Amino acid sequence: METAEIYSSLEKFFPGKVGNFKGEAMEPCLNVEAAAIVEICRFLRNSPGYRFEVLSDLTALDWPKEEKIQVVYHLYSYAQKHQIVLKVDLPRDNPKIATVEAVWKVANWFEREVYDLFGVIFEGHTDLRRIMLPEDWVGHPLRKDYVEQEEYDGISTQRAPLVEKLLR
Amino acid sequence: MKPLINSLPETVFTTKVDDLLNWGRASSQWYMLFGLACCAIELMQTGGPRADLDRFGAVPRATPRQSDLMIVAGTLTYKMAKRTKLLYDQMPDPKYVISMGSCSNCGGLFQLAYSVCKGVDKIIPVDVYVPGCPPRPEALTEGLLRIQDKMMRERWLVKPRSASSAEA
Amino acid sequence: MTETAPTETGLFAEEMTISVGPQHPSTHGVLRFVVKTDGEVISEAIPDVGYLHRSIEKIGEKVTYHGYVPYTDRADYLAAMFANQAFCMAAEKLAGTEVTRRGEFCRTIACELNRLASHLISVGTFGQDIGAMTPFVHALRERETINNLMEEICGARLTYNYIRIGGVGYDILPETLTKIGQFLDHFGPIVEEFNRLLSGNKIFIERLAGVAVVTKEDALSYNLVGPNLRASGIKWDIRRDIPYSVYPELDFEVPVGTAQVGSLGDSYDRFWVRIREMQESVKILYQCLKMLPKGPAISKVPKKFRPPAGECYARVEAPRGDMGFYVVSDGSEYPYRVRIRTGSYTAMSIIDKLSKGIMVADLVALIGSLDVDAPEIDR
Repeated sequence: METAEIYSSLEKFFPGKVGNFKGEAMEPCLNVEAAAIVEICRFLRNSPGYRFEVLSDLTALDWPKEEKIQVVYHLYSYAQKHQIVLKVDLPRDNPKIATVEAVWKVANWFEREVYDLFGVIFEGHTDLRRIMLPEDWVGHPLRKDYVEQEEYDGISTQRAPLVEKLLR
Repeated sequence: MKPLINSLPETVFTTKVDDLLNWGRASSQWYMLFGLACCAIELMQTGGPRADLDRFGAVPRATPRQSDLMIVAGTLTYKMAKRTKLLYDQMPDPKYVISMGSCSNCGGLFQLAYSVCKGVDKIIPVDVYVPGCPPRPEALTEGLLRIQDKMMRERWLVKPRSASSAEA
Repeated sequence: MTETAPTETGLFAEEMTISVGPQHPSTHGVLRFVVKTDGEVISEAIPDVGYLHRSIEKIGEKVTYHGYVPYTDRADYLAAMFANQAFCMAAEKLAGTEVTRRGEFCRTIACELNRLASHLISVGTFGQDIGAMTPFVHALRERETINNLMEEICGARLTYNYIRIGGVGYDILPETLTKIGQFLDHFGPIVEEFNRLLSGNKIFIERLAGVAVVTKEDALSYNLVGPNLRASGIKWDIRRDIPYSVYPELDFEVPVGTAQVGSLGDSYDRFWVRIREMQESVKILYQCLKMLPKGPAISKVPKKFRPPAGECYARVEAPRGDMGFYVVSDGSEYPYRVRIRTGSYTAMSIIDKLSKGIMVADLVALIGSLDVDAPEIDR
């Protein structure tokens, strides 16, 4: 099924909750309201004709100039061989969204990583804690304004002066 | 260790106690499998058929309690640093450390990373640094031979006296 | 520690929490499992990852496109060519760069050799975890020959930095092609040797048949990819279904789990799919050697590579599954965001569910059969 068809039927079933369809981009994507993400995902997974049984990827993009963090969902369907990209815009100072763990179980680990590196809170998640970094790490590193701390656990994080020139 | 040729029966040779002890230690360095990243694969290949470490008497041990050489092969992250110190402390004396690869020497190509400890010598004392990314098996073998040289130079019975030391 | 129910003889057992790893001879890299067991049967095994988190995704925002290719090697050092290729495909799609035909064939030759090397390690260490030390040494011996070939092709044994944007870094010389042909002639019977040592071995089969079965629904819901997915019966291979490079012109089969011992989707199926994939890779390599055209190995790409703003998702079929690179560009020389999506990360997420009620030795067999490795998980 073409992405344009998927978008038009999503508009029909969920009026007002989807928008900003970019069909000509390399990866056709559309925006979804944060409050409707779980029901849209459930619809896309279960309805015949769509059958998006696989959540390929769940990640986030940080846009500090537009004051938003965008959570990106890549859905794929092995049965129908089509894909779609959903994007949800969240305010940068308080990013909260419901978890899609009930729809695809792999979202458990993807969302933990997004929480760890970006600071997005996933409401309803069974086990939201840091996964890549130590438990007592301060800050969310993949944000654009992340500043590294001076030392961790007694080990200095400072680099040799030659490398300071490389940092942009 | 120089036997006195043709002056004593062939089954007797004289040497120094230090040399005999050191020869025994140097020819049976049991290394702990501390492979962290890519250099661990080259460590495995060095223990493999072609560049055999077993012919030097070096067999891999899984536990630090039975090993006297620790080959830190791979990138050290801050999360792993505390465990590295713990494993080093669990090794019985006399113990040696080979730092294999650029990542454990100085942080390697991850100078811009926030979670990588820039060198394992911030945590534990290192005896031999083996450069490379990853070092060839021949380079690691050279590192092992340098440790052998270091071991052969140690004195056990007659310790060199220093002015400030109070021990005999 | 909590006490478990008394056994028939009236003895009490206490449940203990032990930490398997991060330094352990059989946890494929630095992984840690917090295992709650009464000594033999596991009640819960929670994976704890992040001991090799080298912030490769953040470094992507600080170096240029050309300069990022060595970092992709370290994203999975056992399948470095595939990571190189996925990133270069994403960058080429963004900028609209064409890859030369000879470059595509050189990429395929290098990638399939790397797939052989990776599956050899996977099968060898799997045997070693179960207790069979001999096949591991045989695998290392074969891998030495492949390392020599790789060194002739690109100069490095493990982290290649060979596949560049627009083609490959160096052309493959005719002498190397002859040596690859000789190696392939020698390698075909080696797989039979593995089958004699491992696959038909009664102890091996009894250790693995029916252990940690993954059903089709679970495989899809937990997003398993690669041989893990095919072992559960789903015939999905990126080379066949979302073809890229020259794979549409090559003739090969996609092996699927067949439940020849035990049930569909158990550990033996995952192992068997990998053995069959090695045989298929040999077939692909023979065809590539015959079809290699003449021409330049890399097309002209500007030194200051500046793709237009946009985003792109490129996938390749790596030995551990579908590796995807999501590259977002804002029009400058540095990427805005590089996201690496690997097969081992999602394979770890299923271990918690599969490990309830199995024995401690089966946990080791499970991790080995899923073929997870630490750099793919932690990046």
